[in-house]
Amino acid sequence: MKITAELVEHVSQLSRLRLPQEEKERMTGELEGILAYMEVLNTLDTREVEPLSHIFPIKNVWREDEVIPSQTRQELLKNAPTGNGETFLVPKAVE
Amino acid sequence: MTWETVIGLETHVELATRTKIFCACTTAFGGEPNTHCCPVCMGMPGTLPVVNRKVVEYACRAGLALNCTITRRNRFDRKNYFYPDLPKAYQISQLYLPIARDGHVEIETEGGKDTIRIHELHMEEDAGKLVHDPWTDQTRCDYNRCGVPLIEIVTEPDFRTAEQVIAYLEQLKSTLEYLGVSDCKMQEGSLRCDVNLSVRPAGSRELGTRTEMKNLNSFKAITRAIQYEARRQIELLEEGKRVVQETRRWDDNKDATFSMRSKEDAQDYRYFPEPDLPPLELSEAYLEELRAKQPEMAGARKERYQREYGLPEYDAGLITGQKALVDFFEAAVDLGAPAREVSNWMLGEMMRRLKEEGLEPRQMKLTADNLASLIQMVEEGVINRNTAAKVFRAVFPDNADVRDYVHKHGLEQVQDMSLVKRTVEEVLAEHPDAVADFRQGSQKILGFLIGQTMARLKGKADPRAVSQEVRQQLEG
Ligand SMILES: [Zn+2]
Repeated sequence: MKITAELVEHVSQLSRLRLPQEEKERMTGELEGILAYMEVLNTLDTREVEPLSHIFPIKNVWREDEVIPSQTRQELLKNAPTGNGETFLVPKAVE
Repeated sequence: MTWETVIGLETHVELATRTKIFCACTTAFGGEPNTHCCPVCMGMPGTLPVVNRKVVEYACRAGLALNCTITRRNRFDRKNYFYPDLPKAYQISQLYLPIARDGHVEIETEGGKDTIRIHELHMEEDAGKLVHDPWTDQTRCDYNRCGVPLIEIVTEPDFRTAEQVIAYLEQLKSTLEYLGVSDCKMQEGSLRCDVNLSVRPAGSRELGTRTEMKNLNSFKAITRAIQYEARRQIELLEEGKRVVQETRRWDDNKDATFSMRSKEDAQDYRYFPEPDLPPLELSEAYLEELRAKQPEMAGARKERYQREYGLPEYDAGLITGQKALVDFFEAAVDLGAPAREVSNWMLGEMMRRLKEEGLEPRQMKLTADNLASLIQMVEEGVINRNTAAKVFRAVFPDNADVRDYVHKHGLEQVQDMSLVKRTVEEVLAEHPDAVADFRQGSQKILGFLIGQTMARLKGKADPRAVSQEVRQQLEG
C-alpha cells in the first residue's frame, strides 16, 4: 500500500495529532516501511490457518454480575487536568 | 409518481444487569455524576476489561427470542474515535462476529402481517453523558454510563410504514421485557432507536440514498420523524434535487430533522479485534440450557389465555402486550380471582385510572391481591358492583386495603331485607303517580322506582334484591 501525504494527513487528523511538515514527511517514509514488511508477511500461505483473535489460547474469561464499589469521585477526578469537583471539564464538544 | 418509503432500524437496548459490561461498577440509573466509575471503565493504562457473564447470557437469550442464529465463536472489536463521551477513545463493540445473526420477527398492523428480518444483534458498551455549560463554554463529562451494557439490534430495510416500525418496536419491547433482559424504559434511554430511511419510486427494486436519524426517544417522535423525513426526501427528488447521505437529528420541539454537521473526514473507526478480551466460545449445551429457560412469549401466552381462561382475543392481546399487565393478571388469578373478572377490571377501570394519572402499568401501586379482594367482596355480596367501582377508583393511587376502605366508609351492602322492604314501601307511598303508571302497563317506570329506592339506601343495596322487592310490592 502506498502511503501518501494525504493519507498521513487523514490518519493524523483521526488521531488528533498535529504533525509539523517535516515530521509528516518522516512518517510517510516510516509507515511505508512498516507496511512493506506486512507485504513480506502476506507472502505466507495462511489459507489453512485460523485467524488469531487473541495471543493466548484462552476463551470465555468472564466474571459474575456482582457490584463492587466504584472509585471515589475525588480519586477519579484527580486524573483530570480540569474538573469542577463533580464532572470532568473539556473544551466545548457539544453544540 | 408514487413513492415507497424504505426503513431499517438500529435499536440500542440497555441490558438489565447489575454491573457494567467489563467492570463491576453499578449500572444504577441516576446517581451523582462520576460516582459509578473505576479505572477499567475509564480506560486507565494497565487495566483489563473482563466480560460480565450475564451480558453474554442476556444477549444470547434476546438473539434466540428473535429467531437468530447464535455465533458460537464470537468476539469483541475495538471501534476507535476521539470524542470526550468515551475517555478510552474507543468503544468496545462487535463488528466482525456479532453474537447473533439472521433472525426475524413477525409483526401485525392494520395493513396485515409482515416479517421483519433481523440482520444482526451485537453487544457493546454505552458512552458517557456530555452537557454543555454555556457559562464557561466548556463541556461537562459524566462517565457513569460508560460501560453500561447494550445490545444493538439491526434490522434489514424491511419496513415501509411508520406503523410497521412501531409494531416492531412494541413487539421487541414486549419480548425483551418477557425475557427480563431489559426494562426498555424509553424515557430513561434504555431503548433508543436510529432510523435509516430512503425513498424510491414504487415498484423499483433499487434502494435510494438513505439518511440516518438519531435522537428518537419516543414512539411519537419516531412516527413523526419518519413522516417528516419521507416527505422531505420526496420533495427533494420531485424538485429534481438529490438526497445527501448524512446523519440527521430529530428535533422534537421543532418537529423537523436537521443535518448534523458532518465531519470533513467521513466516519473511519478503524475497527480491529479487541486485544484485551479473549474470544467467546458458546457450547451447544450452554445454548440448549438457555433455550430451555426461555419464557412463554406474548403470542403463545395470548393463545393460552383464550384457551385456558376463555378471554376474548382482543382482551388477551391487550394483557399479553405488556409484561407488567401479565404479571398483575397472573398474580390475581393465582389468588383465586376469576380470570374474566380480573381481565374486565384491568381493561376497564384500571386502564381508565392509568390513563387519568398518566401512568404506565408498571408504575402503579395497586397490587393484584387488593384487586382480588375487591372481586371477592362483590362475589360475597358485601358490596355491589357500583360501589366496587367507586372503591377501586378511590384505592387506586395508594393501594389502600379495599376491605379496610369499605369498612371505614360504611359501604357494605344493606343485608337487612326488612330495611329494603320498608324503603320500597316508603318510595311507593311517595310516588302514587308512578305506581298508577306501572299498573297501566308502563314497565319503564320500574327503573325510576328502583333508582329512588337505591338512592335512599345510598346505593348500598343489592340492585337485584331491590328490583325484586319493588316488583313484588307493585304486583302484590
Ligand atoms: Zn467501572
